[in-house]
Amino acid sequence: MYAQMVDTGAKRVRSLDELSPEERAFQERIDADIKIEPKDWMPEAYRKTLIRQISQHAHSEIVGMLPEGNWITRAPTLKRKAILMAKVQDEAGHGLYLYCAAETLGVSRDELIADLHSGKAKYSSIFNYPTLTWADIGAIGWLVDGAAIMNQIPLCRCSFGPYSRAMIRVCKEESFHQRQGFDIMIRLCQGTPEQKAMAQDALNRWWWPSLMMFGPPDADSVHSAQSAQWKIKILSNDELRQRFVDQTVPQADFLGITMPDPLLEWNDERGHYDFGPIDWQELFNVVKGNGPCNRERLSARVKAWEDGAWVREAALAYAEKQAAKAAKQAA
Amino acid sequence: MTTDRTLFDYLLRLADSDLILAQRLGEWLGHGPVLEEDIAFANVGLDLLGQARMWFAYASEVETRMNGRGRTEDELALLRDGGDFRNLLLVEQPNGNYADTIARQFYFDVWHELLLTRLERSADARIAEIAAKALKEVTYHVERSTDWIIRLGDGTDVSHARMQAAIDVLWPYTGEMFTADATDRALTGDGVACDSESLLAPWRERVGAVLSEATLTLPSAEWMQRGGKQGVHTEHLGHVLAEMQWLQRAYPGAQW
Ligand SMILES: [Fe+2]
Ligand SMILES: [Fe+2]
Repeated sequence: MYAQMVDTGAKRVRSLDELSPEERAFQERIDADIKIEPKDWMPEAYRKTLIRQISQHAHSEIVGMLPEGNWITRAPTLKRKAILMAKVQDEAGHGLYLYCAAETLGVSRDELIADLHSGKAKYSSIFNYPTLTWADIGAIGWLVDGAAIMNQIPLCRCSFGPYSRAMIRVCKEESFHQRQGFDIMIRLCQGTPEQKAMAQDALNRWWWPSLMMFGPPDADSVHSAQSAQWKIKILSNDELRQRFVDQTVPQADFLGITMPDPLLEWNDERGHYDFGPIDWQELFNVVKGNGPCNRERLSARVKAWEDGAWVREAALAYAEKQAAKAAKQAA
Repeated sequence: MTTDRTLFDYLLRLADSDLILAQRLGEWLGHGPVLEEDIAFANVGLDLLGQARMWFAYASEVETRMNGRGRTEDELALLRDGGDFRNLLLVEQPNGNYADTIARQFYFDVWHELLLTRLERSADARIAEIAAKALKEVTYHVERSTDWIIRLGDGTDVSHARMQAAIDVLWPYTGEMFTADATDRALTGDGVACDSESLLAPWRERVGAVLSEATLTLPSAEWMQRGGKQGVHTEHLGHVLAEMQWLQRAYPGAQW
């Protein structure tokens, strides 16, 4: 998802009677659906995992501004331009809420950003794919924001209070993102043959990466089990992926474009769509840094940060001068 | 007497300056010095884009009165060529570094607020109405760019030097905000527009006060560039339009 393959530090999930009294009390609160707040005692691994997960999520919002920002200056109408600007601005806001939520766990935004820039922290693999045509802006809203909603709605119920509250604010805006993307797709699919081909091409390129956003299959994931017990992951990767496929296939049918998956088929018995095998090698590769845009995305972030250093320093210096003046006046 | 042709021309000046500046601010999104600034500049950009759309909508009505058919906002914004654009040269100047962007914004915002304060009382009810709406937003723009001029001017040695350089470089593009041509004069006579020249003194006073608080020097150069309001632009506008208009031009007639 926006936070894929988050390391929990756990080799396996321990049972209640293997836990220390503190850990046990903590787990019992979680089991009783009582929110954990920053001042509460928490196992170190829970804290660290959450920092990783929330910061990955925050970084994804910020890096995610780049592929879409790429089309703000080229949006085809003024209305679309305004919508896209507002959307990308929302993503900056999401990043901000999430960095604040992570800061309650005792790290600073600057430290988190430094980890992103050094390559130590990850962000969602999906943003390492290029936006080549206007239809990609439609596909991102429809598929990527659609997948984000799928993941984030359950997280509104997660065990950590600040994260859960951040997710509630974020989800309110995500449905607008998804709708504007789908609306772009509708327009293209009802448009000229060239526009419809653009929409199909975007779907071809974004479909599989969107499915990879939910992370590797459950069978391969020890960390998922620990995260589920801590209720910082509510539904499993495979469950979320299946829900996403089930929701999205009828939408593609409505648009009159085809999923690039010859094995995709409704399964009456399961009551779900079956779909073809996912190329996990591709995901691991992109996460490792070999996606089509990894280098550009990271260097764009680093450049913005470095180019802005003198501005941040100036703001700080000015604030210090003002504080010194105020102190002198008070004395 | 104000003719529709003159009014149309004047409305395009208002719309085009807002649009081109919004386009420039859109280039920053995702690349600002700090997240809060990305959000703030997106707000300003969105406000200006919204204002451009209101002016275009009115321009389109006026054009309908003249020709029976008014162009849509997208036709006006995305299918006119550079020579038909009426924006100030100031707003088409490249983003440069953050100080350049802030200086451009500050010069524009202070003028914009003064202008809209007058237009709010325009004899043309539609202009008065749009100006009143826009003014609420622009009041915040001025506060924000003023704040940054002071922080960067009175920040570090580096920021002071960059801020002063930006203030100096953009200075010659401020003159056309205060020169009146036949269009301005015709509309001012009817109480529709305001006398551009009369904005100069309050603008200088405000800009001078902020620069002095920012420990910066008000430029003294006399020579001013001009031409934007008449459609004679700097080389930068062509590139802005090439990017902004490309999809509309590559797929004529397509709906998006
Ligand atoms: Fe988001
Ligand atoms: Fe979103």
